[in-house]
Amino acid sequence: MNPDLFFQYVVAGITYGTIYAVVAIGFNIIYNATGIINFAQGEFVMLGGMTAVTLSRFLPLPVAILGAVAVTTVIGAVIDILFIRWLRGPSVLRMIIITIGVSILVREAALHVWGESVRALPYFTGTSVTSIKMGNVYISPQVLWVVGVSAVAVVALSAFFNYTMLGRQMRACAANRDAARLCGISAKNMVTLSFMLSAGIGAIGGAVVCPITYVQYDSGTPLAIKGFTVAILGGIGNSAAAVGAGMILGILESFSIWVLPAAYKEVISISLLLLILFIRPSGIFGSAEEARLKEF
Amino acid sequence: MRGRYLPVAAFAGLIVAIQMATHFTGSGYHLTQLTMSAYYSLLAIGLCLLVGYAGQISLGHAGFFAIGGYITALLTTHDLSSRAGGASRWLAKAGILSARIDLYGGELLTVHPWVACLVAVLATVGIAYAVGGPVLKLKGHYLAMATLGFGVIIYRIVLGTEFLGAADGISEVPPFAILPGLEVSGKAALRVPNYYLAWGLVIAGMVLLLNLIHSREGRALSSIHGAEDAAEAMGIPTARYKLSAFALSAAFAGLAGVLLTHYNGGIGPSEASVMKSVRYVAIVAIGGMANLWGTLLMSLLLNYLSLRGYFGTYDDAVFGAILILIMLFAPGGLLRRDLLEEVRDVFRGNGEKAS
Amino acid sequence: MRRKRGFICAIVALALLVGAGVQAADPIKVGAILSVTGPASFLGAPEAKTLEMLVEEQNKKGGVLGRKIELIVKDSGASPEKAFSFAKQLMEEDKVFAIIGPSTSGETMKIKGVAEVGKTILLSCAAAEVIVNPVAKYVFKTPQKDSDAVVKIFQQMKTMKISKIGVLSSNTGFGKAGEEQIMKLAPEHGITVLASEVYDKAASDLTAEVTKVKAAGVEAILNWSIEPAQAIVIKNARQIGFKGPIFQSHGFGNIKYVEAAGEAAEGVLFPAGRLLVADVLPNSNPQKALLVKYKKDYESRYKEEASTFGGHAYDAFLILVKAIEKAGKVDMDAVRATIEQLTGVVGTGGVFNFSTTDHNGLNIDAFEMLTVRKGKFVPLAN
Repeated sequence: MNPDLFFQYVVAGITYGTIYAVVAIGFNIIYNATGIINFAQGEFVMLGGMTAVTLSRFLPLPVAILGAVAVTTVIGAVIDILFIRWLRGPSVLRMIIITIGVSILVREAALHVWGESVRALPYFTGTSVTSIKMGNVYISPQVLWVVGVSAVAVVALSAFFNYTMLGRQMRACAANRDAARLCGISAKNMVTLSFMLSAGIGAIGGAVVCPITYVQYDSGTPLAIKGFTVAILGGIGNSAAAVGAGMILGILESFSIWVLPAAYKEVISISLLLLILFIRPSGIFGSAEEARLKEF
Repeated sequence: MRGRYLPVAAFAGLIVAIQMATHFTGSGYHLTQLTMSAYYSLLAIGLCLLVGYAGQISLGHAGFFAIGGYITALLTTHDLSSRAGGASRWLAKAGILSARIDLYGGELLTVHPWVACLVAVLATVGIAYAVGGPVLKLKGHYLAMATLGFGVIIYRIVLGTEFLGAADGISEVPPFAILPGLEVSGKAALRVPNYYLAWGLVIAGMVLLLNLIHSREGRALSSIHGAEDAAEAMGIPTARYKLSAFALSAAFAGLAGVLLTHYNGGIGPSEASVMKSVRYVAIVAIGGMANLWGTLLMSLLLNYLSLRGYFGTYDDAVFGAILILIMLFAPGGLLRRDLLEEVRDVFRGNGEKAS
Repeated sequence: MRRKRGFICAIVALALLVGAGVQAADPIKVGAILSVTGPASFLGAPEAKTLEMLVEEQNKKGGVLGRKIELIVKDSGASPEKAFSFAKQLMEEDKVFAIIGPSTSGETMKIKGVAEVGKTILLSCAAAEVIVNPVAKYVFKTPQKDSDAVVKIFQQMKTMKISKIGVLSSNTGFGKAGEEQIMKLAPEHGITVLASEVYDKAASDLTAEVTKVKAAGVEAILNWSIEPAQAIVIKNARQIGFKGPIFQSHGFGNIKYVEAAGEAAEGVLFPAGRLLVADVLPNSNPQKALLVKYKKDYESRYKEEASTFGGHAYDAFLILVKAIEKAGKVDMDAVRATIEQLTGVVGTGGVFNFSTTDHNGLNIDAFEMLTVRKGKFVPLAN
């Protein structure tokens, strides 16, 4: 394999990886605040893309995307208030099944609102054929957008969690819910906020990825599966690790084409997930001790 | 003792009553969907043991169904007549292979359905033991993800492999001759025997599971669900019991897969999909988690309605809605013992509150 | 004696009249098993809409042989077990006269035996060759042959002096069937396949697959799929700097795929039924009038562009109606035999000529080589 080909594969891997990482970051936010893995995360990504396409019909693109993020964030809050907020001490099993049910409902609602056809957003810069040439390697500018937006999201999130009052309150809630409540922090509001943040990030991801792929009412579920594969790979709860794990998985999948038929690409990623779960459930970058301390 | 089997007898009566009703109203075609529903219910009650009683969530059980179905489909449709030779002739004499004519008049030599069924179920249980060992060491979300991952791997394998039919699946699977004159197939003439065979199997499965739950092993499983560390401290070999429950539920799923494949005459990759696994767990949840009867009745009803296209394009939506409503408002299911007692008291006109 | 005979005659005549009257009001039930929702909804939804539109139109004209048509649509969600269950339901409970569909090859193969044994006419909207080969007496299909599409593409390649190609196919029945035909027919048309990759229909990015194919040094790429993911292949191929021509299958016949691919779709070549370019056909073309009308009716009623997929259902219904009218009676065996005798039936997919050995009725002339210019489908001017 010559170096040009090698780097082209790496670029392909980074493309996949960033898409997965964006979804994984969404999982981590909710997980950190609530201990729940939100199986409906993929639907937030889908909603972001779909709403952006609908709004872009009569609004300029950047406004449409902001609008899509806003709408999805509100939907995230609504989901929490309707289904999660008033539950008392639910078991892991119950929560998993509730979020699965939510994901089914959101998907079916999208089907009946938007129909079954695929939609695509225009590329942010350039078109579907422009690519930036670095040596003999080609990168679509949209990939740079995806990487850039994800990087900004990760940085903004960690700034939020480390330096703002609200962010610190959320972390307090995640670390020890009862102690946080004793300090006057409303745990329930923190949970709602985490759903909103997660929905927002998912929507941004959906909008920025939409030009590269396309969006359809059921494009949420496969993304969700990849997303939590990456989240667990990196160590669930750790967003920066999710980005790293996403890259690793993406590049692995990309190079796997060289040796295996593409049909088995997902088998590689799932096998990796199972391997990590058996050997080191805390994830590649997670700390085993920290994982043991978490409730689930 | 007797009390335990009363619901079984009542259910058997219900099954017969349904068949009589369809007979007298001339609507025997309902039996097709009811029979298919029976096989899905076989999987559901096995899953109920695992998820409800033993508390181990499995989001990949459609994988076991698919393993059973695909193995039997492959063995009973793969034509071995080109590999003529001493071995195949000997095997045919031993009854392992059987010759038949296919839809277009061609001659085929394939594995006999009984042998295929045995191989399929054994393989399913074997894979369950192999996978279950490491997987069941995980808990909570990790267990859910691992089982989900298992299901996805099976799906990708059957979808991507050429000799498993890839995206088209395997068709023209022959009927499964249980006894002379009784075969598992979708033929209209054999609707009634197939109906009773399917539900008879489910009832037998229920009896087995009911006995298991009320035995020492069953109580051990419940204790594992409630507090695994405490159970381990009491000396219960939790890992072994969890694995056995996993394997047993996989066996139910694999058997259901084998029989439904013969009934439908084929199988496709959609039987191994994530949505199917989710559906199965959802049915157990809607039935009330640790409630075998709830699971059975809900499975019968929901699968029957879904297979008849009752909900039209809203099939998944209705499913999701029921799932959410039950999980939010009645996580113990609708057939809870205390709920039934309250109803009974109302009819007795006691006026006293249920204890 | 005479009065009694007269009385009996009157009763019999009355019974016949009532019977005939009841017959006339008795609708002809036509079942349809389509993937209206689910992974093949881009096939089933237009097919269902087309059928509803056509049945309404036919009933306004008085139905067929004086009887109205009752359409029963079942949504199978591309799930073979549901297709099986619905097939049984339609045949045994609703006692339909014919079944149109299913939308996918996998489902069709599951119920091919059921329809044949149950002696019910099945007009499939799925493309796989195995549906009609080996021939089952009651099973027909309306989409064009994959092999004809492949040969059409190869002929075009020969004109463009292309001999080394790379193939990308999706992991569905359609993709698999196409890939088989390509590999089978390539040698005799002087085409060498240097690389062949199968990609996942739900993939979000296919750069790695396309890179591998490009690295093999191919002159053109042939992308065989019916799902939306084919648009991603086109985009990725252009983005990594592949300059050669990109060929698609007739599964590309949906303007939404062109939109999804954006600029990259410019210049893509593919064979398709003439529906997509109905407006620019010469007036002498036998299909033009029908195609223009279908397009106009569909677009004004459903506010979306017509696709060739809906056309498969159109053809199925058209053939059924014509066969019933020609046979003169609503009898399954008679109509079945009549279908095999139909020739020169102008449909959306092409002009159908059936026979006892040909249950598809279309040949390579059903295809027109099209390309994309400024985001629209246009015929390829040679």
